[in-house]
Amino acid sequence: METFIQQLLNGLVLGSMYALVALGYTMVYGVLNLINFAHGDVLMIGAMIGLSILQLLGAHVPDLNGGVQLAIAILGAIPVTMAVNILIERIAYRRLRNAPRLAPLITAIGISILLQTFAMMIWGRSPIPFPQLLSSEPIMIGGAMISQTQVLLLVLAAVAMVALALLVEKTKMGRAMRAVAENPRVAGLMGVDTNRVIVATFAIGAALAAVAGVMWGANYASITFTMGVLPGLKAFCAAVLGGIGNIYGAMIGGLVLGIIEALGAGYIGDLTGGFLGSHYQDIFAFVVLILVLTLRPSGIMGERVADRA
Amino acid sequence: MSEQVLLNISGVNKRFGGLQALTDVGIRILQGQIVGLIGPNGAGKTTFFNVITGLYQPDSGSFELAGKPYSPSAPHAVAKAGIARTFQNIRLFGEMSALENVMVGRHVRTRQGVLGAILRHKAAREEEAAIRVRAQELLDFVGIGQFANRTAKFLSYGDQRRLEIARALATDPQLLALDEPAAGMNATEKLALRELLVKIKAQGKTVLLIEHDVKLMMGLCDRITVLEYGKQIAEGLPSEIQKNQAVIDAYLGGAH
Amino acid sequence: MALLTFDTRHKPRQAYISMAALLLLLLIFPFVASQFGNSWVRIIDIALLYIMLALGLNIVVGFAGLLDLGYIAFFAVGAYLVGLFSSPQFAALLESVIYYSPAIGEALVTVFGPEIQQNGIHLSVWAIVPLAAVFAGLCGALLGAPTLKLRGDYLAIVTLGFGEIIRIFMNNLNDPINFTNGPQGINMIDPIRVFGVSLAGEPGSNATVMIGGVAMPSVNAYYFLFLFLVIATIFITSRLQHSRLGRAWVAIREDEIAAKAMGINTRNVKLLAFAMGASFGGVAGAMFGAFQGFVSPESFSLTESIAVLAMVVLGGIGHIPGVVLGGVLLAALPEVLRHVVDPAQQALFGRVIIEAEVLRQLLYGLALVLIMLVRPSGLWPSPNKEERPNAALAREEEEASTA
Repeated sequence: METFIQQLLNGLVLGSMYALVALGYTMVYGVLNLINFAHGDVLMIGAMIGLSILQLLGAHVPDLNGGVQLAIAILGAIPVTMAVNILIERIAYRRLRNAPRLAPLITAIGISILLQTFAMMIWGRSPIPFPQLLSSEPIMIGGAMISQTQVLLLVLAAVAMVALALLVEKTKMGRAMRAVAENPRVAGLMGVDTNRVIVATFAIGAALAAVAGVMWGANYASITFTMGVLPGLKAFCAAVLGGIGNIYGAMIGGLVLGIIEALGAGYIGDLTGGFLGSHYQDIFAFVVLILVLTLRPSGIMGERVADRA
Repeated sequence: MSEQVLLNISGVNKRFGGLQALTDVGIRILQGQIVGLIGPNGAGKTTFFNVITGLYQPDSGSFELAGKPYSPSAPHAVAKAGIARTFQNIRLFGEMSALENVMVGRHVRTRQGVLGAILRHKAAREEEAAIRVRAQELLDFVGIGQFANRTAKFLSYGDQRRLEIARALATDPQLLALDEPAAGMNATEKLALRELLVKIKAQGKTVLLIEHDVKLMMGLCDRITVLEYGKQIAEGLPSEIQKNQAVIDAYLGGAH
Repeated sequence: MALLTFDTRHKPRQAYISMAALLLLLLIFPFVASQFGNSWVRIIDIALLYIMLALGLNIVVGFAGLLDLGYIAFFAVGAYLVGLFSSPQFAALLESVIYYSPAIGEALVTVFGPEIQQNGIHLSVWAIVPLAAVFAGLCGALLGAPTLKLRGDYLAIVTLGFGEIIRIFMNNLNDPINFTNGPQGINMIDPIRVFGVSLAGEPGSNATVMIGGVAMPSVNAYYFLFLFLVIATIFITSRLQHSRLGRAWVAIREDEIAAKAMGINTRNVKLLAFAMGASFGGVAGAMFGAFQGFVSPESFSLTESIAVLAMVVLGGIGHIPGVVLGGVLLAALPEVLRHVVDPAQQALFGRVIIEAEVLRQLLYGLALVLIMLVRPSGLWPSPNKEERPNAALAREEEEASTA
């Protein structure tokens, strides 16, 4: 039972990060009907910038409270990831909005490679240790351990998701986003500046990815220039699981996928009689994706895709 | 005119979520006839087309072609059975030449596969040559033979419509189903289309036609069925339909 | 590109002369390059295999319009096949089977013979190539089957997922039964033997191969084999392109609904695209394994799938000469750069600022982005896409083509 709770907690932590990144994918898909293939690398950039900020802080004000340092790192990473994502929209997506569907996807793949290459040039090829700023003394919950970093991650993720929900439901920009996500042409006719909404969508997604990136680094204590690829893809699977284009779907999908992966990794040995080990963990996300697309393509909460007829 | 029933469809129902798109619609076409399907926008004409050609699955209905029941479960099976269609918004293979478009139409009546493609043995070469010859014939028949090597997306609108008809004819259909072939055409182009359809009928082909141009329909069709809000409100000779009160009401003022 | 043309239908004489000239250059190349050491020819050997991959992927992406991001999986299948059946690996596999289930293990030994236990299975190239083609082809159809109803982006991600799944399996299928030897990979793979002559050269001959009395370095011998395979691939894919099947593929790419309405069984035709594309990948993989002598999961990652895609996109999606050009540029160029750029930077700046590896990645990324933005049909697109709607020009062209 203890293992189960532990795996559940692990799953929640992992799932929170997936949820944050999945939101970025789902919002962009909602307004543009496109997968931002480079989004995972935006997470990586967030982590890298956060790392550099922490290294700077560590050199000049090492006694500053760990939580505050992390907060500064996140706040510093956000503008950079926003700028990167907005640039991606400008370069890859805006000019190709009317091109055949494969074109923006291929361009995004190219941008993903470029982002990784720049990161490789700036921060080097080897994994970099991420400063551990919070106490490593674990907190016990029902026989399972959770670190302070992980608790912070859960709190931040929850706050971010609530903030996003409020933004989307209660603010003018949120209404505009929902309108564009449903029918961009009509939204434009009603006076909504669709370009501005799309830019805002990319920016918000990037901010969430920055949070996820910095906390990923804090949680796993090490980052590298390829760290964004697999989590990015899995987050996309989570977005589809929850219902593409549906913000609440992305949140649910992220958490569910995290839990599936953690429980799966924990129990797969038992389930397959020792034939498959936990190294097969990465497969779960793709298996889930294939199952969802085959059996229930609209996802758990139903997809919300623009009417582009 | 032969009295043989070519297409016999009845009891078609189709619902999309909350919308009942078709209610108990049917149609009966005799061999060699041109039958028209008219109705205001949103009446369900294209939906009906999509059902009988296998693009949509009906909730119910019975489907018979040349006396044999056919299952509209998949578009390619319907084409094989003998119904070929054109589309309301032209669906050509834009990057292929006009000739190649029509050659694709021959796919369903030919056989060569991977081995034939790679080896190009005698049977394969002969089939390929026959496909090419027939495709050119059909292009000539519809009047765009000189554009055989033109990339399809660069053809004029009227020529694209003809190309779509040629491509459909290439499948050697028993029934040719045309979805608004005259849409967007001016008077001259419509006249040319009318001539083409008469030519097609003269060859013994059977045609089912959706159109909005009532004048064109009246002069061309042997019988007309009228749909409104997914239901059949009239069926008969063109002269009868013209005088039918329900039809006049549906159009709120008649022909355009 | 005006002088160089391969358009045998419209300009036959010019096309055949171009082809002959190119062939001559290709045949002479290794003898010239050998003067400068083996590395240049080795680079081209690998490039040839990548060209074969690009041509195979071209069937799936270029002809049928299906964006397969997991294509390298078939390369892996072919490579591991040769790893299993042309090396001592099968002995290791048997060992693990015997350990896991002695009964099955003993049965297998009885079937295959005790020698297998010592040395593994060593099939010849004539068995390996068709085996790789067929097995990879089957895998292609299997992996393609779940994707048939998916839209473009989803198809891409799912195929990517499959590619990753295969890589993870290759990395982990060493326990309890040792199929792939895990992250270490399989080594001591036999070199290719053609008509009794080993292309790696006889032991002790310093990798020199004797063909009909002429001595040549092993890399040169492989060069001719791979060149032959690439030419065969070009021949086969070209024939496929201009056939009933090729038209069906393009029809599906252009408008799947219309294709169905015209009687094309899109499910089967798409599966054929996956299968045919995959089979070329499998053969290339088998050659790769034999050439290198070892295979490991690192060579079969997402990066490689994207690299092959970049070759197809850069050169000209769907246009065979373009794809070959893309393959040459992206496969050979980075290696060439490595030999040129590092020393140049040393000379100019005193140190290496941008390593060749980084340059390679930059090239791939830029290729994908710039091509899609500036010239989406590729560097060398299919000629008849240049057709102008201008009636006069079009008429002129028709006159020229029917002349």
